[in-house]
Amino acid sequence: MSLVQSINGALRRVPAWTIYLVGTIYAVWQFWLALNQIGPYLVEPINVLERAYGEAALIMMVSVLVVTPLRKWAGINLMKFRRAIGVTAFFFVLAHFLVFAILDVQTLERVWTEIVKRPYVTVGMTSFLMLIPLAVTSNNLSLRKMGAAAWRRMHKLTYPAAILGGLHYLWLVKGFQLEPIIYLAAILGLVATRYVTLQRKRLMA
Amino acid sequence: MAYRWSNTLTKADITPKDAYLNRRQILAGTIGLGAIGLAGGASAQGDLKPNTLEQITSYNNYYEFGTGKGDPAANAHKLVTSAWSIKVDGLVDNPGEYALDDLLAGLSVEDRIYRLRCVEAWSMVVPWNGIELADILRKVGVQSRAKYVAFETVVQPENMIGVQRRVLDFPYVEGLRLDEAMHPLTIMATGIYDEPLYNQNGAPIRLVVPWKYGFKSIKSISRITLTDREPPISWNVANPREYGFYSNVNPNVDHPRWSQATERLIGGGLFAARQDTQMFNGYANEVASLYNGMDLAEFF
Repeated sequence: MSLVQSINGALRRVPAWTIYLVGTIYAVWQFWLALNQIGPYLVEPINVLERAYGEAALIMMVSVLVVTPLRKWAGINLMKFRRAIGVTAFFFVLAHFLVFAILDVQTLERVWTEIVKRPYVTVGMTSFLMLIPLAVTSNNLSLRKMGAAAWRRMHKLTYPAAILGGLHYLWLVKGFQLEPIIYLAAILGLVATRYVTLQRKRLMA
Repeated sequence: MAYRWSNTLTKADITPKDAYLNRRQILAGTIGLGAIGLAGGASAQGDLKPNTLEQITSYNNYYEFGTGKGDPAANAHKLVTSAWSIKVDGLVDNPGEYALDDLLAGLSVEDRIYRLRCVEAWSMVVPWNGIELADILRKVGVQSRAKYVAFETVVQPENMIGVQRRVLDFPYVEGLRLDEAMHPLTIMATGIYDEPLYNQNGAPIRLVVPWKYGFKSIKSISRITLTDREPPISWNVANPREYGFYSNVNPNVDHPRWSQATERLIGGGLFAARQDTQMFNGYANEVASLYNGMDLAEFF
């Protein structure tokens, strides 16, 4: 049995809800650390929590984009986890937004000002809004009702949402920092693989 | 000339006269200009409570040691501060490479409890120990042509992970107009809570200019230059649209990427409320006159 086969075999035994479980435990654990000001949350928990949820969201967005290329080029099948990864990404974006709005900026008026006045917040907010219909329709009922083609077309919103999320991070840091560049590059690269595949299909047709 | 400015900021220092002045200034603020900064500044000075040493030494911006707030505390132990010397040059009577002890010999170390307002919209209260910069400048003899003071942070590439990663164009440089530098509020700090500065706070000697955003208060100074033209400052070089030479704390002039109207005082926990940022960080009474006639939106 090849390595890929044994990986796929092992993955088959892991239920998809594991993703939700791990995501929830991580989110609650970070909140608890922040509440008790432990470790990285010692001095200023609000921004650190905001950032932890934002970064978790980016990691999940990158992960969701990895599923298809990984299956296509490495033969590793994570397909059954994809919905759970995507929905978890949405919940981290939601948590990130709630920490920003309620704990950080604190008033509705200021939240609105931030969204319309600061381009990096506008970009992040746009990404969040794009993810809402995707999260809402991430169930079998919606898939059946919409029809597979329409559903798939709509869920291509994942690509711009991920790119805007990466841009949001790059835009908010000070100075030349590597981490946001790595995230954005990974997202752009993974979205590009779709484009390359599409081109190839067209050439073959 | 030390002790030109005395702390009115600690609880112990509050006198009935202060309370009276505060009330009057609040009144003047509401009736007159609506200058929230002035009024708020005076009223809020009474209840300044210093942050803990742990908070002050574990939440830092010192990009030579990384961009995370905890990075300086984790990495700054590598900074070599023994046998420190400061090069003093430019338009001075007594230029030279001064051993730190020689430069400070005979000058008074004072306690100054100041707010520190970061450009990132958070703030702290720090009980500094330091020497008025004016005393140091007088000692080296400022020539009449000098108009500005330029500062430089030491560069120890092998000890500074942020320098290796080129987060900014190092050495970090900062500058003040001469009248700002000579102002009694401007100090060169050598300690916090009567302990020598921790490396992450800019050991062994750093600038503290309490009415400007924190990045103006340059750390671990290895060079001071008197000059007749406005010196470059690192953040302005990196991003001129966002960071100006003056960088006075000003709730009415936003940073392009975030609001400067409010701030969060460090140490309040997960549910800490934001508070209004004060004009000149609450030091308007002392320093506003330095900028008479200047459009602070233009000279930000």
